Amino acid sequence: MAAPAKTTRSASTRTAGKAGSRSPRRPKIDDAERARLTAYYKQMLLIRRFEERAQRAYTEALIGGYCHLNLGEEAAVAGLLGELNPGDYLFTNYREHGYALARGIDPRKVMAELYGRVDGVSKGWGGSMHMFDVTHRMLGGYGIVGGQLPIATGAALALQYQSRPDIVMCTMGDGTVATGAFHESLNLAGLWDLPIVYVIINNGLGMGTDVAHSSAEPDLYKRGAAYRIESARVNGLDPEEAAAGAKRAVEVARGGRPYLLEVMTERLRGHSVVDPAKYRSPEDVAALKLNDPVQTFAAKLKDAGVLDDDAVAEFDREAIAIVDDAAAFAADSPTPETSTLFDYTYATPVPNDSRRYPGEALFPALPVAAGAAGRNA
Amino acid sequence: MTEMTYRQALHDTLRSELQRDENVMLMGEEIGIFDGSYKITAGLLKEFGERRVRDTPIEELGFTGAAIGAAMLGLRPVVEIMTINFSLLALDQIVNHAAKIHGMFGGQMSVPMVIRTPGGGGQQLGASHSQNIELYYAFVPGLKVVAPSTPAEAKALLMASIRDDDPVLFLENLALYNTKGEVPDGLEPAVIGKAKVTREGKDLTLIGYSRMALVAQQVADRLAESEGLDIEVIDLRSLRPLDRDTVVESVKKTNAAVVLEDDWLTYGIGAEIAATISDGAFDYLDAPVRRVAMAEVPMPYAKPLETAALPSVDDVINAVHETLDAVGRRR
Repeated sequence: MAAPAKTTRSASTRTAGKAGSRSPRRPKIDDAERARLTAYYKQMLLIRRFEERAQRAYTEALIGGYCHLNLGEEAAVAGLLGELNPGDYLFTNYREHGYALARGIDPRKVMAELYGRVDGVSKGWGGSMHMFDVTHRMLGGYGIVGGQLPIATGAALALQYQSRPDIVMCTMGDGTVATGAFHESLNLAGLWDLPIVYVIINNGLGMGTDVAHSSAEPDLYKRGAAYRIESARVNGLDPEEAAAGAKRAVEVARGGRPYLLEVMTERLRGHSVVDPAKYRSPEDVAALKLNDPVQTFAAKLKDAGVLDDDAVAEFDREAIAIVDDAAAFAADSPTPETSTLFDYTYATPVPNDSRRYPGEALFPALPVAAGAAGRNA
Repeated sequence: MTEMTYRQALHDTLRSELQRDENVMLMGEEIGIFDGSYKITAGLLKEFGERRVRDTPIEELGFTGAAIGAAMLGLRPVVEIMTINFSLLALDQIVNHAAKIHGMFGGQMSVPMVIRTPGGGGQQLGASHSQNIELYYAFVPGLKVVAPSTPAEAKALLMASIRDDDPVLFLENLALYNTKGEVPDGLEPAVIGKAKVTREGKDLTLIGYSRMALVAQQVADRLAESEGLDIEVIDLRSLRPLDRDTVVESVKKTNAAVVLEDDWLTYGIGAEIAATISDGAFDYLDAPVRRVAMAEVPMPYAKPLETAALPSVDDVINAVHETLDAVGRRR
């Protein structure tokens, strides 16, 4: 087999931070623009500090299970979600803490979910991979690769059925495009003109397998053509570029057609907290440092005169304070009572529903009466 | 009272539910233009239009998953999967998603959807089209699995399933579609999770569901006539939740049981029923619980082989005789 060509990571989409593109004359930035850019940065910084805190808590055994972080994805999250309305619906995969934060869910509730506490956004039933909040219309957090795609597609069908103005955004990783669920979902959306934006977060790696080894068409956005779905690839290391891509995608979806957006990002750490990512080359690791979106966006904003060092430091203190508060809240929140174990199997009371703890008899056998000749007497 | 086929009862119930609730919609392969592979949905596309009755491409995972998402946003989708064999293509969406969404997210949303699908062998359809794998779904907490045996049960349970807020797998059977029965006027939705004693008796309990509940009736009727035996018959109706009490109470009375199932014996539904009887009526049993199930082979095409693989009335009668002989109650 020929070595897979490294064609997937076109330089133009990967160099947001290598700002040799510094313009000699700064364009005038008005207050609204300044506020918008600052908001992106604060959002990204919150996600960064939150994920670092989650990593720490995981190593302190305060968080269990799997824990996948959005480190490297902050700009994409901020840019994409900034284009959604409160009425829109979001479905994501299991690498979604940052999406929950950017959707406006209280960081306390997100952290409490990671800690498995009653105040968690999913009451401690979901954990890291299953953030869900009806009020913020974030409908999961799904742990099975591709699992969220048919469901999100059906949500878009319901919006169409009900003639509602809202749309669905459904994010996924690059590895997801190889699943049957991807094909089946985009086929339905294309056939039925569903108002949905599919977003491929292409960080180049599905666990340790790179895109060139998993997709016969490594330009993932081109797969949209098979379903007559408009598609594009954008740089996800810069929130403005991610937002520009999302803006067009959302516009198409509101017009009643699906859209496929490929967002090029980096995964700064392993697949999950416990993965040392030894499969990455030293060159890749070195490149990551240059592509850290939080660093490069800070540099860009300083360069543009939007932020100075004091502001960056102040925002950082704010983010850390929010995250510290979230962690303290999570630590104080109670674990769920074991008496609630059977509360959520069914939405409605069910006759003969099994509410039995392990070791409980289906029908308790009666002990042999004292004095009677039992089998072991 | 109206006499009608099982097929007609299903059709009429879908139609009346579509009329009753704007949020009820049907999805599946060939349910519209083709009028349904087994004609359950005949005429419904013409009457209700493409919005309510939606033909899907051949992608069970995709449209079953789409029904989940639609249900989360307030629709009540009724999905038809052409046969239960094809539901395996949607297994991830049914087991990992439909069954989990209420619990996994702390009860924030429910998934009020129905998957209608027929099982059954005996049609010379070969190994991959003749399975009875309802067990796969009955195994999963969060799902409900119902299995009507008569037109009246089909109507009452389908109404209940569509109006239920949880995902329901509604098991039909190819061999039942043309069977006839009385359907009472003004029938109310059934209560999901309850078995029914369809024939009272004292000599032995026969337990079945779907087609095998009818076989149980036939056997009981025949043995009453030919041998004067007084056999009790239980139609389970719901495989999850499972009404263990009705089974146990019956066996406490009859002291003997034969379980009928169309699936494979090892690890099958009958094994769960037998274990239930062991747990609940151990001291009342006068003979081991007997199971009559499909032969454990991939279903062959050739008719004599297929017939040999499927449990028959004679197989059940034989098992009843042997059980009563073990009790010492016969002759």
